[in-house]
Amino acid sequence: MNDSTLLESKEIAATKHSWIWFALTSGLVLIFLVSLFLGRYPQAGFVQPGQLRENELARLLVFNVRLPRLLTALLLGMVMASAGTVFQMIFANPLVEPGFLGVSQGAAFGAALGIVFLGASSVAVQGLAIIFAFIGLGFSYLLARRMHIGDWLLRLVLAGIAVSALFSAGVGIIKFMADPMRQLPEITFWMLGGLASITWTKFLSILPACLVGLAIMLIFRWRLNLLALEETTAFSLGAAPRRERLLLMTAAVLATAAIISVAGIVSWVGLIMPHIARGLFGSDTRRSLPAAMLLGGIFAILCDDLARLLIIGEIPLGILTSLLGALIFVILMARRRQAVPA
Amino acid sequence: MSEALLSFEAVAFGYSRQRQVFTDLNYDLEKGSLAVLLGPNGAGKTTLLYMALGWLLPTAGTVCLSRRPLQSYTRGELGRRISLVPQAEHLPYTYSVLEYVQFGRAPHLTLVEMPGQKDHRVAREALARAGISALADAPMDKLSSGERQLAVVARALAQEPEILLLDEPTAHLDLGNQYRLLQTLKELNRAGVTILMTTHDPQIALAISTQTVLVEGNGKVRVGTAEQIITAETLTHLYHLPAGAIEIRPNRSGIWLRQL
Repeated sequence: MNDSTLLESKEIAATKHSWIWFALTSGLVLIFLVSLFLGRYPQAGFVQPGQLRENELARLLVFNVRLPRLLTALLLGMVMASAGTVFQMIFANPLVEPGFLGVSQGAAFGAALGIVFLGASSVAVQGLAIIFAFIGLGFSYLLARRMHIGDWLLRLVLAGIAVSALFSAGVGIIKFMADPMRQLPEITFWMLGGLASITWTKFLSILPACLVGLAIMLIFRWRLNLLALEETTAFSLGAAPRRERLLLMTAAVLATAAIISVAGIVSWVGLIMPHIARGLFGSDTRRSLPAAMLLGGIFAILCDDLARLLIIGEIPLGILTSLLGALIFVILMARRRQAVPA
Repeated sequence: MSEALLSFEAVAFGYSRQRQVFTDLNYDLEKGSLAVLLGPNGAGKTTLLYMALGWLLPTAGTVCLSRRPLQSYTRGELGRRISLVPQAEHLPYTYSVLEYVQFGRAPHLTLVEMPGQKDHRVAREALARAGISALADAPMDKLSSGERQLAVVARALAQEPEILLLDEPTAHLDLGNQYRLLQTLKELNRAGVTILMTTHDPQIALAISTQTVLVEGNGKVRVGTAEQIITAETLTHLYHLPAGAIEIRPNRSGIWLRQL
């Protein structure tokens, strides 16, 4: 290849990329607006602009119920997808999720505690979920420090598995003790994830943590590439791998824990979106992380639309993200064989 | 007398009390030299290299860069002066060669900066010096092992280092790729980059080194020119071979194992 064809191929790639950026951004905006006016009230379908002026209930519904819920779905998708990217880079493993270091199961344990022992007030449930998410993380971290096998990352993975299992056993015990008529269903629904109970208060309570987490992940995103390299290589490139990993991981977990505390466990978003983003833009996190954010936002909003529209009641969001996420995963894996010959 | 760029002063290092690798290591890497660390597997070549990088810290003694202890430099300062080509670097995700080579710009950027125009240009120059400009857009996982090793060298060059450390750079390369890589290293050295590399192949020390460092596994090193260091006796002893197993041709033109 000579210089001019090289330049051309770069330009073609750049044009293709800017097209995808445009499509993703405008897709997200469009889906957001459509979702805001889409629902089952006043009639199945769209709210008419006229109804917003005349029908107070419709106005309340759109601005006080749907809007905060939609914004939370957007936040959830962006946070889970970017935190997933951060975790997959830091652990150099494309199969980890942002909640796996004891964070998701810790949060579930906290929420279950709140539901059974503190009267299921939403402040107690949310507060305990976030506290135990961090206890789960801290516990995993301390356990990893006491272990003596493998390298640091392997120890963290093992500690995460152990701590998650402990907390999930704890959830089992609480479920066993719970009142089967009132509390047990509530724990079950919490663990299936959902945004039906989102209010402006809840949204605003998690907004700062999510924004701080998202901002840190975005600002440091190129460094993530270095952290995925072998530790000695990252060190030779002037990085301080441990310190930088800790910073990015804390940012990712902070935002993830905040989201889980109001949405319950919504899996697969953080696993799949980073894969799709890498498929579209390559592995360089300079592009793949913001792409994952946009894709996550779109995916979470679409899933939440289905959750509230598909049937008259409400399908738990976590079921839909798992179902669609796993389907996409299967399709990607089946296609991968053509793209990457062994 | 040339200037010592990197110096090991009475350095000791051990992975455990039972396994002391170095007990009294004294060695100066001179500016502009191409030094080859020669020794059998497990003698401590990589350990020495990683101490030069600042990754492993001596249990006693100091490693100095321009007469200042390595630990007194910031991470970024060291990254701008010393770069590493590790043995068989594993990449968990696929990057294009150019994206990968730009990682070498990291020590020249702040934590929140990303490679810009200038970094792009330096990365292209590094590709050219490694002789793989044509591969800029190729994905790293599609390269042959020879091309891949050159891409790693280009990444290390993008750091614009004074000292280039290489750990067994020719392992797993066929003769042609070995030759091309060594040629690239020699050119870099002539252009002023100080090089410290490990190998277990005496032939390579003979071919390119300006200085040979024998790592015998007895806690110390022996330093000299390849011609002084590499003798049939030394090699026989170094690799625990029976007497007469090695034959060195006149004028050091080749080292041969005696025909079996």
